[in-house]
Amino acid sequence: MLRRSVLTAALALALLPAVAVAEERTITVASTTSTLDSGLFGHILPIFEAKTGIKVRVVAQGTGQALDTGRRGDADVVFVHARAQELKFVEEGFATKRLPVMYNDFVIVGPAADPAGIAGSKDVAAALKTIAEKKVPFVSRGDKSGTHLAEVALWKVAGLDLAAIRGEWYREVGQGMGAALNTAGAMGAYTLSDRATWIAFKNKGDLKIAVEGDKRLFNQYGVMLVNPAKFPTVKVADGQAFIDWLVSAEGQGVISTYQIEGKQLFFPNAGDPNA
Amino acid sequence: MDGGATLTTMTASLIRAVDPAFLGIVLISLKVTLTAVGCAGLVGFPLGAALALGRFPGRSLLIVVTNAFMGLPPVVAGLAVFLLLSRSGPFGGLGLLFTPGAMMVAQFVLVLPIIVALTRQTIEDLWLEYRDQLTSMGADRLRAIPTLLWDARFSLVTTLLAGLGRASAEVGAILIVGGNIAGFTRTMTTAIALETSKGDLPLALGLGAVLMSLTFAINGLAYAVSRLGARYAG
Repeated sequence: MLRRSVLTAALALALLPAVAVAEERTITVASTTSTLDSGLFGHILPIFEAKTGIKVRVVAQGTGQALDTGRRGDADVVFVHARAQELKFVEEGFATKRLPVMYNDFVIVGPAADPAGIAGSKDVAAALKTIAEKKVPFVSRGDKSGTHLAEVALWKVAGLDLAAIRGEWYREVGQGMGAALNTAGAMGAYTLSDRATWIAFKNKGDLKIAVEGDKRLFNQYGVMLVNPAKFPTVKVADGQAFIDWLVSAEGQGVISTYQIEGKQLFFPNAGDPNA
Repeated sequence: MDGGATLTTMTASLIRAVDPAFLGIVLISLKVTLTAVGCAGLVGFPLGAALALGRFPGRSLLIVVTNAFMGLPPVVAGLAVFLLLSRSGPFGGLGLLFTPGAMMVAQFVLVLPIIVALTRQTIEDLWLEYRDQLTSMGADRLRAIPTLLWDARFSLVTTLLAGLGRASAEVGAILIVGGNIAGFTRTMTTAIALETSKGDLPLALGLGAVLMSLTFAINGLAYAVSRLGARYAG
């Protein structure tokens, strides 16, 4: 008897958070490691939450995984950076609309000693060719994240067939951006990073930016509400409120004020119809 | 970086980290782990004892399975719970994914086999010791379960601690089912994983030290309580 009542109490305690959740206004946003690791969400969410009373719960994953989280109906909003994949998501009917939010760019970082001799270059294709020719260690995310997809596309732009040229020098870590940077630093390898994570990253050690400023290194972020017709559990009103705020003048302004060491990390461009 | 400098940076990072957000992380960790281990104990002790004393077909197989599941990789347990609790999964309607409840379920799954297996061994040994006495008092195997569990209570504390160790140390399962959401499902271990990936290694190391201190404290407390209890029980 006693045991049963203890068990009931324990179960009730276990389920308490789930019950409490239902009373609060919350949305779940599947986003990328770059938006979280760079500290952007820490900057913008308190402002949004204070204004609307809607609490935003961010699950940070690679873009591919975040889109899959949306596809399973486990998030209300998906906020990622791989335009082609986002458009596919809309095409599949998992969202009805994709809105551009902001951009920054990718950079190739590598050891300060620059074993490939590419430092200072503005030509990412040539730099990747050199890395491949010299077989200098290169760390790939290898996790279907937005950055990984961008990297794979850049090898193609360089006219290289990754499947044919890859060897021991090409190291897929299958982890987030920060973990990949830690690995590159420890191995003396090059890697492709989004600039925001790079600036916010605290274990730079011997790593430095080698290649930047090529317009092919452009990195666009987009946001989508998961289609409630697919998943009735999607919190339409609150999710849409978050999206509307992100692309509003106020939200865009807040994004543009996020800086680390005087450097702006994300550049709002919700008004750009081609983004 | 030499040892002294590391220690200084670590301490500085910790002081920075000791704010409400940090306390929240500790509380979430404790809530999730203690609930999971508590529930696993409530279910696992009787199950383990029943497995020790019961005689039924397939018992040996069940014992082997339980023992094997002590080695269940957290990431596999996490994935299974994730698929079950996903909105597209069979229990999606509960809306538990990415909540502390999901993390409790995952840790319960991880801890239960340990408690069942260790309890079974303890009770089986005890039964061999007291079988004659208990049967002469007219108790059959099933009726002996509460008596034996009570008699073994101090050994079972260690069983519970083994489960607690498993739960508080793991990151693979709760990262998948909890989503490491700030202020909601971020625990000590997932925070350590996050700070490592942000490259803030001193803070990650500092959080690790706090986690270890907590584990020491809980184990010390459990040891003291069981020693006192054993002395009192004579």
